[in-house]
Amino acid sequence: MIIGIVKETKENENRVAITPDVVVKIKKLGFEIQVETNAGISSNFSDQDYIDVGAKVCSSSKEVWDSSDIIAKINAPSLSNGDETLLLSENKTLISFFGAAQNKDRLEKLSRDNINVLAMDSVPRISRAQKMDALSSMANVAGSRAVIEASHTFGRFFGGQITAAGKIPPAKVLIIGAGVAGLSAIGTAVSLGAIVRAFDTRPEVKEQVESLNADFLTVEFDEDGSGSGGYAKVMSDEYIKAELELFADQCKEVDIVITTALIPGKPAPKLITKKMISSMKSGSVIVDLASSQGGNTECTEKDKLVVENGVSIIGYTDLPSRLPAQSSQLYATNLYHVFSDLTPEKNGVIEINMNDDVIRGMTVINKGETTFPPPAIEVSVAPKAAHKEVTKEVKTPAVKKESFPFFGLAIAIFLLASLGSVAPSSFMNHFTVFVLSCFIGYMVVWNVTASLHTPLMSVTNAVSSIIIIGALTQISSDDLTSVILASIAILIASINIFGGFAVTRRMLEMFKK
Amino acid sequence: MISFEIDLVRALYIGATILFILTLGGLSHQETSRKGNMFGMIGMTVAIIATLFSPYVTKNYHLIIALMLTGAFVGIFLARKVQMTQMPELVAILHSLVGLAAVLVGYVNFLDETISLSGVEKTIHSIEIYIGIFIGAITFSGSIIAFGKLSGKMSGNPLILPARHYLNLIIVLVIIYLGYLFTIDPEISNAIYPLGLMTLLALIFGIHLVMAIGGADMPVVVSMLNSYSGWAASATGFMLSNDLLIVVGALVGSSGAILSYIMCRAMNRSFISVIAGGFGTDSVTVATSVSDQGEVTSINSDELTDLLLTSKKVMIIPGYGMAVSQAQHTVNEIVKLLKKKNVDVEFAIHPVAGRMPGHMNVLLAEAKVPYDIVYEMDEINDDFDNVDVSIIIGANDIVNPSALDDPNSPIAGMPVLECWKGKTTVVLKRGMATGYAGVQNPLFFKDNTRMLFGDAKKTMDEVLGNLQSA
Repeated sequence: MIIGIVKETKENENRVAITPDVVVKIKKLGFEIQVETNAGISSNFSDQDYIDVGAKVCSSSKEVWDSSDIIAKINAPSLSNGDETLLLSENKTLISFFGAAQNKDRLEKLSRDNINVLAMDSVPRISRAQKMDALSSMANVAGSRAVIEASHTFGRFFGGQITAAGKIPPAKVLIIGAGVAGLSAIGTAVSLGAIVRAFDTRPEVKEQVESLNADFLTVEFDEDGSGSGGYAKVMSDEYIKAELELFADQCKEVDIVITTALIPGKPAPKLITKKMISSMKSGSVIVDLASSQGGNTECTEKDKLVVENGVSIIGYTDLPSRLPAQSSQLYATNLYHVFSDLTPEKNGVIEINMNDDVIRGMTVINKGETTFPPPAIEVSVAPKAAHKEVTKEVKTPAVKKESFPFFGLAIAIFLLASLGSVAPSSFMNHFTVFVLSCFIGYMVVWNVTASLHTPLMSVTNAVSSIIIIGALTQISSDDLTSVILASIAILIASINIFGGFAVTRRMLEMFKK
Repeated sequence: MISFEIDLVRALYIGATILFILTLGGLSHQETSRKGNMFGMIGMTVAIIATLFSPYVTKNYHLIIALMLTGAFVGIFLARKVQMTQMPELVAILHSLVGLAAVLVGYVNFLDETISLSGVEKTIHSIEIYIGIFIGAITFSGSIIAFGKLSGKMSGNPLILPARHYLNLIIVLVIIYLGYLFTIDPEISNAIYPLGLMTLLALIFGIHLVMAIGGADMPVVVSMLNSYSGWAASATGFMLSNDLLIVVGALVGSSGAILSYIMCRAMNRSFISVIAGGFGTDSVTVATSVSDQGEVTSINSDELTDLLLTSKKVMIIPGYGMAVSQAQHTVNEIVKLLKKKNVDVEFAIHPVAGRMPGHMNVLLAEAKVPYDIVYEMDEINDDFDNVDVSIIIGANDIVNPSALDDPNSPIAGMPVLECWKGKTTVVLKRGMATGYAGVQNPLFFKDNTRMLFGDAKKTMDEVLGNLQSA
């Protein structure tokens, strides 16, 4: 089958759906690839680059739309300036972002003529599909670029310095929402030297935030904001009140705010009020990554930079497109993984297998029939959350055990008591020593580093030859049999003592930095 | 000959005990480990000297010295001669010696007519002897079998007798009954029969126990026998009313028990299921049903060299195959060359890689790989995203993704090294045979996995040659 790459028609769009690198990989799946002339030019991929990797260059957009079996795009087909949906003819397949939930119109227009549409923004958030998750890839780019935009507008350094011309304080950055974009923004801001704080309603991201050397802010309120699919959910009113108080405090202090709070299918929550903005220092910058959904601040304007009370509020929605080569590369790789799943036979023929959860989720139109929304997938969440669940599972039995030890303890005490009532005191003395030693051994051995487990075994082996003491005390017997047996015991125990210690020593000598 | 007061001997025993605890404590870090071993030697010397001068030892000094010198000669000879790849065997055979010594000491104590006890004390003493000899005998025969399996003198495959669980159960019940006969019998000349019969059964029990366990479960077996050798020493301590033996035995026993626990946890299997044996027997059907997984992509050593030279971070995951082919020295040379070329190389060690806890660490240390680039699974598993190339040398089950994603897999739930998260994984392997667990490894069929077939040592030598000329 032929995959066609068209030049993106959206204004200010610099990306291209498939880069020359990925053309090579997709061709290995058996496809042929053709590309509209100059499709990659804004991302610095020339027509020659595509020809070099064996793609065909077509002179017009129409040629690509007409002669390809599959159209790979980034943006959803535009409806306004030249209706792109009309270009898609019978039996063809379109793969792009689609916004099926937001734009029913487009969905209806393409539900015809045996057309298939796979929406890159409908890839389910399960771990297997992560490699195809273009939303995450783009969010990563957007988060990083948001910091760069902020830094560009902010009239100061991010990192602190002490110079001959005086002290430069580091910029303080508040990042709201530690999803993919938020984490990427944290990483970029930290690497520029800023002091970074982050807030998220989902407590489980705390570790991720802290691993990037940012502080995790919390509100004094007990509510878990984790919704399904690794996204956040809407919080209670009391929680939001506490949260807003926190932001109000922070706004007085920080120089840069980057908001990334989005709840799927809902308008973005208003987290930064006009009043908070007026409390910020003049020259401060807010980058609102939620501006496509109405924005997280009360002053955000989509695709614009507005200045309110000396504070710049950036509402650009084309951040990924501002790093076109990188974004295109990531998007193309996501597409490659989609194609790879669509062609299990690697024969260049796609097969839309509606029994595959990932493909089912992506397919919004199948053979001309609308198949959106897909049924909910019962497999849980993103890998990070899955990881969390594993640790929880481990913890749960431990919690249960807290009630059990009472039985165990009672039985143990009963057994000890019955032993104590019959055994002579000399035995109980030894028994005390024995039990305490087991505990000491338990405590000490847990500290042994795993790489020394072999030396541990050989040294404990040498040490357990302390049994030689027993044989030594017996060798002075008058009974010949006893002397012979004890002699053998002394001989073999000595082999063990010397052999064990010597080999341990030899091993430990080898452990060098 | 001078003789120490009994209280002085006890005081010295306490000193020795402390030194032994410090020995184990010293092993918590590589830096302090040599000192720890030294403490152990001093502790042992103190204990032996104190005993020699105690009132218990009155004659046969020449014999003792001759025996100990012979033992020292043999022991040091063994320790010098042994190859690091043979460490598991050596440890196993040394365990058997402890077991045998415990049996002998038990018998001597049993034959000792000067001990006159009565009533409950006598019963307890008899039980102590019985248990001491029982544990010693199991340790002895079990370790011999483990030695045979580890050294390749015996097949590593589990020997599964029909109704083996019942067989074990019957042996245990008979041993308990013989124990009853033994304790109620006042006459040494009569009581020797149940004791002797029990010793024989315990030996058979030990053989049968270890025979049923296969090669990859050996780390558990070796640490279990390590534990038994400690309990045997402890039981001997009870029988001789010697606190030093009790303490040291308990230290060793719990150490071995913890190691067994760590190993079992690393395989996500219960101790009981390992001891019950026969891993891999139930999974044969599963292995065939998932055999059709697609095609593997193979590469040669030249391509691997190029791959290594173009990467920034390389992770090496060694397994038992590296020990078998003795490739660790070549691997270290490759690591050195790559470091010179500014490639970051690290090692990732799975807790059950090899045939004994910490086996891989010892091999790498022998090849002079610096221990600060050798990481444990838990330390490294999150870092695979940044790894350009992972090289898997002779490992299989410990890098099997089906442990995580296939709940029906026989190794489901076992923590594994998640090398497939890196950019490329290169698997050095002799052929497409399945690993010990008999499970096909989906890793081999992943898009970012390359197979390099052949002997690991030979392949690594070729890569080294390429690197030197590059």
